[in-house]
Amino acid sequence: MTAVAMETKVAVELTPDKKRRSKGALTVLTVLVVAWMLPLFGLLITSFRSREAATETGWWAALFNPFAEDWTVANFTEVIDKADLGSGFINSLGVAIPATVLPILIAAFAAYAFTFMNFRFKDVYFAIIIGLLVIPIQVALVPVLRAYVWTQDTFDVQVVGTYPAAWIVHAAFAMPLCVYILRNYMATLPGALIEAARVDGASHHLIFWRLIVPMSVPALASFAIFQFLWVWNDLLVAQIFLGTRTKVLTQSLYALLGRYSEGWQQVAAGSFFTLIIPLVVFFSLQRFFVRGLTAGAVK
Amino acid sequence: MQVIVALITVIVGLALTALLYWGVHTLVNKYTQGKWQLRLLPYVFIGPVLVLISGFLIYPTVRTIYLSFTTLEGGKDVWVGTRNYEELLGSPDFIEILVNNLLWIAIVPILSVVIGLLVATLANNVGPRAEKTFKSLIFMPMAISFVAAATIWRFMYSYEPEGQTQTGLLNAIWVGLGGAPQPWLTLASWNFNDLLIMVPVVWLNVGFCMVLLSSAIKGVSEETIEAGKCDGANGRQVFFRIILPQMKGTVLAVFITILIGVMKIFDIVYAMTSGDFGTSVLGMEFYNQYYNFFNPGRASAVVVILFVAILPVMFYQVRVFRKQQEIS
Repeated sequence: MTAVAMETKVAVELTPDKKRRSKGALTVLTVLVVAWMLPLFGLLITSFRSREAATETGWWAALFNPFAEDWTVANFTEVIDKADLGSGFINSLGVAIPATVLPILIAAFAAYAFTFMNFRFKDVYFAIIIGLLVIPIQVALVPVLRAYVWTQDTFDVQVVGTYPAAWIVHAAFAMPLCVYILRNYMATLPGALIEAARVDGASHHLIFWRLIVPMSVPALASFAIFQFLWVWNDLLVAQIFLGTRTKVLTQSLYALLGRYSEGWQQVAAGSFFTLIIPLVVFFSLQRFFVRGLTAGAVK
Repeated sequence: MQVIVALITVIVGLALTALLYWGVHTLVNKYTQGKWQLRLLPYVFIGPVLVLISGFLIYPTVRTIYLSFTTLEGGKDVWVGTRNYEELLGSPDFIEILVNNLLWIAIVPILSVVIGLLVATLANNVGPRAEKTFKSLIFMPMAISFVAAATIWRFMYSYEPEGQTQTGLLNAIWVGLGGAPQPWLTLASWNFNDLLIMVPVVWLNVGFCMVLLSSAIKGVSEETIEAGKCDGANGRQVFFRIILPQMKGTVLAVFITILIGVMKIFDIVYAMTSGDFGTSVLGMEFYNQYYNFFNPGRASAVVVILFVAILPVMFYQVRVFRKQQEIS
């Protein structure tokens, strides 16, 4: 289905069709996009306003009279210090990077086996993975947390509140979708090439790293973006498995949200601070992101 | 200091994992031969996945089902039969939660798909350059966390007592129209505040729908549209009778994805109202039962109810997969 979609798209772009440009569609879309951006825009404006201004007038007032406004970046500096956003930022990276790389590595190995190897119960295992795609993570949280606490008490090591505690949970919860998407992608790779490499005596490990990984870069990249944003934006897993010992950005922002009585300008600045990385990732890698989405769901 | 510790943990964690695969694979390659090697090798590749999903998904799920029939007394889980369920289903608060969940399921997926379809269709008619800009702006909220979205929308809905300046856009407009300022998120009659919490979720989801539906629209064959026009079909007929049926598969896939996300929704409710003012949902109630009421048995019963509600979707997915396997 994806292949069909791509071919048609190319055909449309090659024949410039004047009838395709409709004034009505343009107007409706413009109105819609402005409405869509308005909430975010309001927050952005507010994050650069002084406390007095933010409590005395609405953000749109600053827009009508931008030169009378006392613009400031103090909200950002204050909030990074006061609300632990600085350490939250490091913790978020420390959680999100391995929680992105690890599941992809583990799932890619499995997807390889599901695509290019033959073993008993292969279809049963895969059917189980598909069934697990929709499982709500809440179902698993309490027993996993208890297992962590048990490990802590029995072996006298810190588990809850450490990075690896969150990595493993994120990796496990991402596993079904990641295996599913990567297997679907690998199934489109030329099987004959892998056969040939096998005949030449290459081991599976070698084929995986030298052939499959390089050829799967588009799928790996798109899932990586997905998973990274998902982990970066997660609050539930962080609240339960990191707690207050290791606060990530979403937790710091949640705590900051409770203090809006000190003025929205600080909450706004905090929000934008947490959005920097996701927005950079989004705009620089949007193409991979879109491709990954269409490949995963249309198939 | 924190940076260095973080960096070391990250590097060690990643290196260990890669080493593990390499080590096990080398062992199997070296010390087994022929039939045994053929049998063992696949498990080197899928083994970790099997361990992860059985240890962190399947076993905990079974355990949660067991816990839902117990209650915590003196540090031990005591079997209480179906008491947790009886108490939950007998309480009007929990019935309200179920109703809220149903409302979420009934409203958010359909609204997201319809707006997504609208944007995708319109964007298909404005030329490639404008299309790209519009789509990427509508898609952008997808990168925003539920907590940040909650901040953005709580600011939209924010309320100051009458007589003070309203800095929230909704109240400013409302007062401008002559109304008295409203604490929007506390207005529980007709589930109005639930609807207000759904708005940011639709706001986040439309982009996702739009991207997938847009690629499906481009996959609709031009010939069928032309043929329809030649036969005298008007714009609406072309859309509903020719374009839409051809993208049925994608519409369904998008709908189910959003549906599942909405069923277990937690973050946004937690960050907007903490489930107060009659806005709680199953995901929120689980958290409250566990963290605020220290009642793991009841919390487990809540998620088991959620799990049972999702089971039909699960069976449907596996059935679709089975069918695909038979075809190929």
